[in-house]
Amino acid sequence: MDKRVITLLHFCHMGLSSHLRDLEAESIHIIREVAAEFAKPVMLYSIGKDSSVMLRLAQKAFYPAPIPFPLLHVDTGYKFREMIEFRDWYPKSIGCELRVWRNEEAIAAGASPVKLGTSKCCHLLKTRGLLGALEAGGYDAAFGGARRDEEKSRAKERIFSFRDQFGQWDPKNQRPELWNLYNSRIDKGQSIRVFPLSNWTELDIWHYIHLEKIPVVPLYFAKVREMIVRGDSLIPPEHNVYPLLPGEKPQPVLCRMRSIGCTPCTGAIRSEADTVPKIIEELLALRRSEREYRIIDHDQEGSMELKKREGYF
Amino acid sequence: MAAVESNIELSPSAKQAGLTIEEFLEQEAKKELLRFFTCGSVDDGKSTLIGRLLYDARGIYEDQLASIQTSKVNRSTGPIDFSLLTDGLRAEREQGITIDVAYRYFSTPKRKFIIADTPGHEQYTRNMATGASTASLAIVLVDARHGVLPQTRRHATIASLLGIPRVVVAVNKMDLLGFREEVYRQIVRDFHAFADTLGFEQILAIPVSALEGDNVTARSARTPWYDGPSLMEVLETAPASSRDRDQPARFPVQYVIRPNQDFRGYAGQIASGVFRRGDEVVILPSGQRSRIASIVTFHGELEEATAPASVTLTLKDERDISRGDLLAHPGQEPQVARQFEADVVWMVEDALTTGRNFLLKHTTQLVNARVTSIESRLDIATMERSSAHHLSLNDIGVVRIEASRPILFDPYRLNRATGSFILIDPISNLTAGAGMIRHAIQRKTQDDVPVTPAERAARNHHAPALLRLSDRELARRLERRLFDHGCQVVFSEDLSAARGLFDAGLIVISPAIDDPSALDLNALPLPASAASAIDAIVDYLEQKGVLESGSLNLGEGI
Repeated sequence: MDKRVITLLHFCHMGLSSHLRDLEAESIHIIREVAAEFAKPVMLYSIGKDSSVMLRLAQKAFYPAPIPFPLLHVDTGYKFREMIEFRDWYPKSIGCELRVWRNEEAIAAGASPVKLGTSKCCHLLKTRGLLGALEAGGYDAAFGGARRDEEKSRAKERIFSFRDQFGQWDPKNQRPELWNLYNSRIDKGQSIRVFPLSNWTELDIWHYIHLEKIPVVPLYFAKVREMIVRGDSLIPPEHNVYPLLPGEKPQPVLCRMRSIGCTPCTGAIRSEADTVPKIIEELLALRRSEREYRIIDHDQEGSMELKKREGYF
Repeated sequence: MAAVESNIELSPSAKQAGLTIEEFLEQEAKKELLRFFTCGSVDDGKSTLIGRLLYDARGIYEDQLASIQTSKVNRSTGPIDFSLLTDGLRAEREQGITIDVAYRYFSTPKRKFIIADTPGHEQYTRNMATGASTASLAIVLVDARHGVLPQTRRHATIASLLGIPRVVVAVNKMDLLGFREEVYRQIVRDFHAFADTLGFEQILAIPVSALEGDNVTARSARTPWYDGPSLMEVLETAPASSRDRDQPARFPVQYVIRPNQDFRGYAGQIASGVFRRGDEVVILPSGQRSRIASIVTFHGELEEATAPASVTLTLKDERDISRGDLLAHPGQEPQVARQFEADVVWMVEDALTTGRNFLLKHTTQLVNARVTSIESRLDIATMERSSAHHLSLNDIGVVRIEASRPILFDPYRLNRATGSFILIDPISNLTAGAGMIRHAIQRKTQDDVPVTPAERAARNHHAPALLRLSDRELARRLERRLFDHGCQVVFSEDLSAARGLFDAGLIVISPAIDDPSALDLNALPLPASAASAIDAIVDYLEQKGVLESGSLNLGEGI
């Protein structure tokens, strides 16, 4: 065995570092609190790395019993094929119930970022889709894998985030949230969005995935993929949303996704990181934020906050 | 950006980039997590200080930096307005104030940090308390030009009430006063003059310029008269683990896990201390005893578990345990009381007055509670306590509370997890107050004071009720269900006896009772199956306030 493998095994056996243990304990407490205090919780499952970690934490929270709530994926029809494959395999393999919801009306009407602009497309397929799914399921609490280090309005949101009957967030009037005493009281029609990963960073997530050997979608790992290269941007051609410019055609690029979502709005990064340890090494050297490659966060100043006020996660 | 970078010597702690995975894992394995918060008056430079810490520790990404450089707003006098990084809401950026707490994350080779950047305006004190409640260190900023302000005192006082052991007084904007030592010394004296009585374990002061970086990550050459540590040195060395680990062991049961007949586990987060396999435990409030058979986790069983671990315990004996119960070691039990005195920070517009009812959440218990008296209100300006009839938004006071069920607690100064509670307004559902328990009240009532219906209801944990139910089979089942859950309940066909039992505080089920105060269960649309019908009746009795909401269905297993 080479030295590198031995060292890695050594650290795996040492278990989690003190700060990851603290974060894990906090998240499990949050997840159990929701299961104890709400009548009909659901866990939003977006298929990404954060969802993978959140799902593992839910398994741990109720072990040896199964997770006592279903997972819900809000599909836009623009997800990567590899995401859908992973979605249909992984939750089932660990005995979870997965429900899928699509805003069929908007999809049938041909909603696309090219036709409507990213902002409106996102509103119809994701926000309206999510609100429709929550209403149809009658869910009173919905877990999301958002982290506070992702974006500046998320940095402001409570772990138990109150939403009115329209699913809207009122950032200027959040309930105080002290210690680990979460207020889960709501009236009919209102709901709580719950963020058990609030205090995790992107590096914590990968560190945990590494130590816990959690499966993630292969899109996160570098390989040669066909991409439309436009300036610094690498645009996945899947779903053929953007018309090619004259003379433009997809070309092979060694790249990976740092964060995954809908193909038209997820850019790839050039990378050679094809294993979790290499991704961690890459992150240590990276000087640019994870969401920079997501088009939807940048449509306008404070765009995430506006989306959340409309009911987005 | 170049203009800023030339000004800053990156501290050694910032050099994380370029580690190999082996170096990273080795470094991370030893890392502890320190949660701290920043507070102080408006414009003392909290957000700027955090921006500076993040920038120097390379906790800001280039695109984030670029986005604030291109922002329409720049409130600072320097090239970069760091506060735009933490003021994440539109209203905050537009108004140039911090409304709500923002959480930020960074790490150095020694530690991981979670910063809560809390607002300075008095009207947002509740958000400041939110950020402070989970922290183990406070940075109180003071603008060197203005000195100690009322908001400085308010925040330091709330920090002390919330049990923050350590305070760092960052005397900021020293650059604007030519780094004059006497300015700094005077502010430090003023701060000690009021804060020494607040009971902090340690108060440290540092002269800084958040904007220019002096004494933030590295010691500054511009304060030769200051020989103490930089702010980052303090953050990297202050005790990170909370004192809760050394306290007597407490395990509030959060959830009962029962996947099958052979496994019954009690899930929860250890609030304090250590539990080991084989330990004898006492189950409160019942007082029953058992031993820990196993400490179950996803990765296998543990020999011991320490706060704040989230684990699942199984016991050697079969016991009736549900959410809200607490496990402790015999001889080290927490206090048990229905009435106690507490410090309260009031957080809603609607003032707190004596006699108001709330839902009280304490560990994993949710109970009805009433504020029986307001003992005093703290005047932040004079630090004096005076009598008060009410507590307004952002007031801090001492109140007496009576809960409908016994609370298993430790005084907050000994144990944050078992000494804290929140009060929830049952109508608006808002979190109205944050409380820190001081001590139990042993009420001694004179022999000549009559027993009131309220006292009976409080002891029984339910209100008296006359229930008309003509189906005798259903009536007997209802009696059994309520009895098994601890209600004082009886089935009676004798109408005058029923009335007398009702006056004595009981729930009386009678087929033919004809009394104006009777609840007519016959009129309810009841499901056909007996078990569902009983569930529906229980729901109805909760709605009517006879039973405490959730008292009969919380803590059910899977």
